[in-house]
Amino acid sequence: MSVNDVIMSALHENNVEFVTTVPCKQLAGVIEKIEQDSNILHVPSNREDEGMGLCAGAYMGGKRPAIIMQNTAIGVTINALATLIQYYHIPLPMLISYRGEIGEPVACQVEMAVHTKALLDQMKIPTYHFHAPEDANELSLILNHSFMARKPVAILMDAQFWARA
Amino acid sequence: MIRSDILKELVPVLSDQLVVTNIGLPSQEMHMLDDQPTNFYMLGTMGLASSIGLGLALAQDKKVIAIDGDGSVLMNLGTLPTIGNNECDNYILLIIDNGSYGSTGDQTTYSGMKTSLAEVARACGCAHVIECSAEETVAAVTDAIAGDKGTIIISKCESGNIPVPVIDKDPVMIKERFMASVNA
Repeated sequence: MSVNDVIMSALHENNVEFVTTVPCKQLAGVIEKIEQDSNILHVPSNREDEGMGLCAGAYMGGKRPAIIMQNTAIGVTINALATLIQYYHIPLPMLISYRGEIGEPVACQVEMAVHTKALLDQMKIPTYHFHAPEDANELSLILNHSFMARKPVAILMDAQFWARA
Repeated sequence: MIRSDILKELVPVLSDQLVVTNIGLPSQEMHMLDDQPTNFYMLGTMGLASSIGLGLALAQDKKVIAIDGDGSVLMNLGTLPTIGNNECDNYILLIIDNGSYGSTGDQTTYSGMKTSLAEVARACGCAHVIECSAEETVAAVTDAIAGDKGTIIISKCESGNIPVPVIDKDPVMIKERFMASVNA
């Protein structure tokens, strides 16, 4: 099974029915599958903090949410994470394209990559790093963990994960 | 009329509806005027009331009214194309546009200068956009609740505030009782 299919089946196993996305080249395949999935309402957002607002509303409306974004988004979502998602105990799996790791062709992406784990750690957000394709086999349990604990979790999927998929 | 006058008139219309209120004075005023489990008070996160309201309306069938401010919509202007492109018949966004950042000392916003939020919303693809005076607001909201179209109402009112206490309720309690109302 391709990693995109593993991601889709983890979303289905955890009854995720609302997904918002801000695209990244590495995420194009999974975003396309989400758009075509009849069990998932896909609402693209213009910025990731807007997406977190959409997810909070969808959760209170009875649909389990997830957000798909690039790690640069950590820079624009700290306040939404602290004062909305964490403050109100809203579960939010964040499936994150981890740009700026080895294999990255764009130097500027490294500038946020070096801060990504430190920021997530500072926010006390459980963080999982997918480097090998088989790491995706844990995704279903990680999603379950987010909904059980009513916390945001970060799944960082780096260039090697996508390249070897 | 200032925002609190409009909210006072809206209380009988909104009392049994699902309402999301913007951070600061809009939440505090609604909380003081008519605290209900059907109100979701934002205690932080300026800008996201309209996004929370849209997510809530898309996820279930009950009517949702988000009460936002002009400064907050300007902070999250990307919300308008998302509303315009994700048709949602049960969503009403009420923007109380007093042309100022009321919660922070009445500094002028750009909607108090040259920017028309109604024209921006229409250009973003929002089909039903109503700009009205403060005095016309209750009728506009009542009609929108009775109707079956997603609607954005921009209520132009005067700048000004009344003294209100901060909300000391626990955020998780606010969320849990709100979710119970959604499911009721």
